[in-house]
Amino acid sequence: MVTTGLGATMVRAGRRLLSSLPALFGVLVFTFLLMRVLPGDPAVFFASGPNAGKEEIEQIRKQMGLDKSVPEQLVFYLSDIGRGNLGRSMMTGQPVLKDLRERLPASLELTFAALLIALIAAVPLGVLAALRPGSIIDHGVRLFCALGVCVPTFVSGLLLIYVFYYLFGLAPDPTGRIDVFTSLPPQRTGFLSIDFLLAGDFEGWWAACRQLILPAVSMALFVIAPLARITRASMLVSLGSDFVRTARSVGLSWRKVVVTYALRNAILPVITIAGIVFSTMLGANVLVEKVFSWPGVASYALDALLSSDYAPVQGFVLLMASLFVLVNLVVDICYGIADPRVSIE
Amino acid sequence: MSEDLLRIDDLHVAFSTRRGTVEAVRGVTLTVKAGEMLGLVGESGSGKSVTGFATTRLLDAAGRVTGGKILFRGQDVTKLRGDDLRQLQGAAMSMIFQNPRAALNPIRAIGLQIADAILTHKRISKEAARAEALELLRAVQIRDPEARMNAYPHELSGGMCQRVMIAIAISCNPALLIADEPTTGLDVTTQKVVMDLLADIAAARGMATILITHDLGLAARYCRRIAVMERGRIVEEASPSILFSAPQHAYTRRLVAASPTATSRIEDLVTEEERERYATVVTKPRQERAHGTPPLLEVRKLAKRFDQGSAAVADFSMTMAGGESVGLVGESGSGKSTTSRMICRLIDPSEGDIVFDGQSIGHVAARDFHRSPLRKDIQMVFQDPNESLNPRFTAFDCIAHPLMRLDGMRAGEALRKRVEECAERVGLPLDLLPRFPHQLSGGQKARVGIARAIACRPRLLVLDEPTAALDVSVQAVVLQLLDRLRRENDIALLFVSHDLNVVRMLCDRTIVLRNGGIVEQGESRALFDNPKTDYTRKLVEAIPHIETGPTLAAAL
Repeated sequence: MVTTGLGATMVRAGRRLLSSLPALFGVLVFTFLLMRVLPGDPAVFFASGPNAGKEEIEQIRKQMGLDKSVPEQLVFYLSDIGRGNLGRSMMTGQPVLKDLRERLPASLELTFAALLIALIAAVPLGVLAALRPGSIIDHGVRLFCALGVCVPTFVSGLLLIYVFYYLFGLAPDPTGRIDVFTSLPPQRTGFLSIDFLLAGDFEGWWAACRQLILPAVSMALFVIAPLARITRASMLVSLGSDFVRTARSVGLSWRKVVVTYALRNAILPVITIAGIVFSTMLGANVLVEKVFSWPGVASYALDALLSSDYAPVQGFVLLMASLFVLVNLVVDICYGIADPRVSIE
Repeated sequence: MSEDLLRIDDLHVAFSTRRGTVEAVRGVTLTVKAGEMLGLVGESGSGKSVTGFATTRLLDAAGRVTGGKILFRGQDVTKLRGDDLRQLQGAAMSMIFQNPRAALNPIRAIGLQIADAILTHKRISKEAARAEALELLRAVQIRDPEARMNAYPHELSGGMCQRVMIAIAISCNPALLIADEPTTGLDVTTQKVVMDLLADIAAARGMATILITHDLGLAARYCRRIAVMERGRIVEEASPSILFSAPQHAYTRRLVAASPTATSRIEDLVTEEERERYATVVTKPRQERAHGTPPLLEVRKLAKRFDQGSAAVADFSMTMAGGESVGLVGESGSGKSTTSRMICRLIDPSEGDIVFDGQSIGHVAARDFHRSPLRKDIQMVFQDPNESLNPRFTAFDCIAHPLMRLDGMRAGEALRKRVEECAERVGLPLDLLPRFPHQLSGGQKARVGIARAIACRPRLLVLDEPTAALDVSVQAVVLQLLDRLRRENDIALLFVSHDLNVVRMLCDRTIVLRNGGIVEQGESRALFDNPKTDYTRKLVEAIPHIETGPTLAAAL
């Protein structure tokens, strides 16, 4: 059965989605159990104070359902998830779902911006390095990539703040997504840079972008290296391939050879790596979120973990797992569109 | 001199490698007249492709023209730069490559790829270029060209891809076409069709062609003049008839001898001085088998269906006696490799049975067969000597591995002796044993593969195109080796090949397969001399014979 084009891609995507459900379930159970074996008693933690009485702690425990056996708790938890209830955060006092929904766009916006910056920088750098392997440019790109990987994101973040905010005053106050004086646009996507544009408020858009640029750059610096290296490697393979030689043999212009023939083929593995990088960044950007006081999901989960608040951590892990599945799916679809050889298996 | 389209004058090309500079071409001088087809023949490493790439300026970064001139219409190609060079490439000279599928951009529709070439040299609209591309697809006789315009290379067969490549190469009517092994890797019948097409197109458009090939027979069939290259030099240049009847240079003599023909025997493949040792073995009479000896191998109604449903092999039956050699021939997709793998018990048959030496082995799962005591008795030699050796094993390890696994031998003196004995039997110098595959030549690797297969003293050796990747002179030696092993040790050979000349020499009987079924079988020489079916006749006629002479070239 060989169907071509978009239909085939969609069928493949649907299958992929279905086949990831068991994995998601596994993640769910695993995180639940993990949280139970971590040291720390949430009931003690959330009791009114250090001198709370035994009865009070016991009451909180009962209220939280912690007096039941672990399997029972798991069943309750799963049935709650089934009804779309991720539980309530003890920290914020709000449903976890609401908390995550408020914070996820901030994280996503930051990660998307960072990935975009990283790709815009990494692909040309990789191509340049591949066009002149062993040249000064190649070594320069390698050095730049090495630096990007060596310097932890919170250090590069602090350095960026020091230079652009403290020394030159170019960047705004590095706290949060928007400064306090700008009124927020009506929420549509949750991405401030897009919401401002939809509202036609260009001043607000500029303010949001200025806030976004430093954290996004410090995250991008960290992932430019893998993206540039893979671009360089696959571009080298592509440039040395028979079909590029064919393209040269009929005298195609340099641009056509490099862009249409070599780069379009070389970009395929970059798509895969970009997907992996994106997923990693989503979870790992907690440091950047902390440095820039960015109200994202990662710092929210970290705070919850530190205060033995089960529900938000479990909710966060589930969210990350689902996003990971989704990202892989998107990568798969992109790949299917970019490479006609990928067919239904 | 002015009528020469291309004049290569004392060309030197060097490659810089890690081990220093290597001279690939050392003083080649050649001329090509407008409209003529010149054969450039030599074995791998002779510098024939490098000469072609230097002419079209496609040498990779490590390669450099270090001396000499390449004059195309009086203009030195080696000195051209930038736009001047691009106006030449494609428009005045173009190239066809060895591996047609790899030579096309895998993610661009073939129509666009042809149009790309047209648009580079002609100022016409995209629609006009597309129309021209369609015309070209028709010219290279691709069926249903409108639909094929949007096809990708992976959707086409190898022969189709090569036609598309030809379409790209001729898109701007170049005066010179360089075809670098254009049909290597294609089926014999496809090979003939593609070469005929190429020759017709070249003649119709008055294009001069350089046919670079390792196959003397192919060059003889299509070219009026052949230049033979050896180690970067042209050693002889003559018309095919002179080249074959009275080769002057020692290398040409060896090459001509090693090229299998319709009548040659295995012992003819080498020149007199190399023959001595072989002759002693051949004269040894073959022991006659008592009447009624049960066959070594009996295959009954074997069938294999892969998941997609249609049968790769159906209703395949055969018998083989001990020490007999049987050839299995057919085009790609005929099921010959699948059959050989089932008999080797590397894949499971869907139906039927395989009886080896009175024991049914068809129902032992391929996964478990390595534990069977019969594993030792059935061994395989694979097609690609590069891919079928573990790159981390030395030649010694490769040969010792089956001895340790199947014969239960332990590392030590006895094992070393046994490995050395195997190496000696296949003519592998003992000082090569500690080397890794990448340090060995193609022929040496083939010997390691054969030594590994015979290490456990099998009674049946299944060979899947064992010489397809080898030069003819190496092939000649390997074929002699196989034939000697068969006679000395009474090993039965099941020889899978698409090269009918080789099968004719080596095999007592031949089975012709098509679409998974047996078309014809019988005693090899009789079968090839008087094929009963059209399919076999087509296969036989497609082989470029040296004797048939340059009939086509003469007709042009």
